[in-house]
Amino acid sequence: MKGEKEIILVGALVGALAIVLVQFGNAANYGLCIACFLRDTVGALGLHRVETVQYIRPEIQGIVLGAFLMAFARKEYYSRGGSSPLLRFLLGAFIILGALMFLGCPLRMVLRLAGGDLNAIFGLAGFWTGIVIGVYFLNHGFALKRSYKLTQLEGYIFPAANAGLFILLLTAPAFIFFSAKGPGASHAPVWLSLAAGLLVGLAAQKTRLCTVGGIRDWMLFKDWRLLSGVLAIFITALVGNLLVGKFTPGFINQSIAHSDGLWNFLGMALAGWGSVLLGGCPLRQLILSGEGNIDSVITVLGMMAGAAFAHNFGLASSAKGPTLNGQFAVLLGFVVLLIVSYVNREKISQEKSKGADHVEISRN
Amino acid sequence: MLKYPEIDTRGLACPEPVILAKKALEQYPEGVNVLADNPAARDNVRRFAQQNGYNVEIIQMGEEDQLQLRR
Repeated sequence: MKGEKEIILVGALVGALAIVLVQFGNAANYGLCIACFLRDTVGALGLHRVETVQYIRPEIQGIVLGAFLMAFARKEYYSRGGSSPLLRFLLGAFIILGALMFLGCPLRMVLRLAGGDLNAIFGLAGFWTGIVIGVYFLNHGFALKRSYKLTQLEGYIFPAANAGLFILLLTAPAFIFFSAKGPGASHAPVWLSLAAGLLVGLAAQKTRLCTVGGIRDWMLFKDWRLLSGVLAIFITALVGNLLVGKFTPGFINQSIAHSDGLWNFLGMALAGWGSVLLGGCPLRQLILSGEGNIDSVITVLGMMAGAAFAHNFGLASSAKGPTLNGQFAVLLGFVVLLIVSYVNREKISQEKSKGADHVEISRN
Repeated sequence: MLKYPEIDTRGLACPEPVILAKKALEQYPEGVNVLADNPAARDNVRRFAQQNGYNVEIIQMGEEDQLQLRR
């Protein structure tokens, strides 16, 4: 029970911080969204040129550095990688395409629900369906191969790069783009965003909070621990929105959302399925990237590349709805995920080597 | 007589170590040993085993842990 209590507190903290960030300037239901924040960040770097979504989001740097510090303090930091790197990059890109079809990562989906955005119900149904598909393949042997120990230096690169991003935000050189209007221009003060990110990073590293893991573990093992954290995010954000008068139930005119139920469903189905294959939602990947997990760094880089493509190729939805290009991209994503899920199945091997006194069980 | 089977989950990311442990326990319900090299795998396998009525003893072996799951 101790584990549940801790993660419920952390979920409540995340939900509360999301509300605080909106109160201090982030767009509505945009308190914390890993997909959106990565998209804004790559926009600020000029990797896409959509002028309304360009801002280096200090929440991202806070989360990575918070996870880095907590992993260090708990002696859980170590540099490792080499598990199917290009597949992870590809899956990372496609889960962001799915998220930007829906307009939000799984965390923002929970926050949108808590703000009364009923379109997110279609997203949740899709997310759930995607996780069911992913869990089916996990149960039938899907695996992404082992990771191996890497040099310490390699693990430090991504946290250092995030510190560098924060310096670029503070110094704002001419080559960094900042939105003058739109979601990219709506943001809480820099230091508040950084502090909120740090808190999320510290707390989510310790508890391993994960939106996908919540539903997945409940399906696979009837384990409620992670799911109780996700429910705590929802309840706290819901109460917070009610308190500050930002709970606006309905389908139309929701903040940074569209009302195409089918594509909200399909976008999040893609994100859910891909996240199960990757072992965690975008937030969890970000946390792991701060712990020295290079596989997750590659995944986050894939997510950033996906976000850049999403806007350069007109794949991301807007408040007006999905784009035709985006619909093709999401359907392509399902084909890619199906191939990856099917081909990457491995049998469990059982053998007793000569002279050994026990059976060894492993993946081939 | 054979000793308990040993599951090698080193380098595998969650939830795979727990899935392997779960499948192995279905076949060897009296108990198995699990080799794990990351804290998430160690904690999650221990939690799963305890919830399913197993006693868990953890033996530290350098950078990895051996979890002994017993009825």
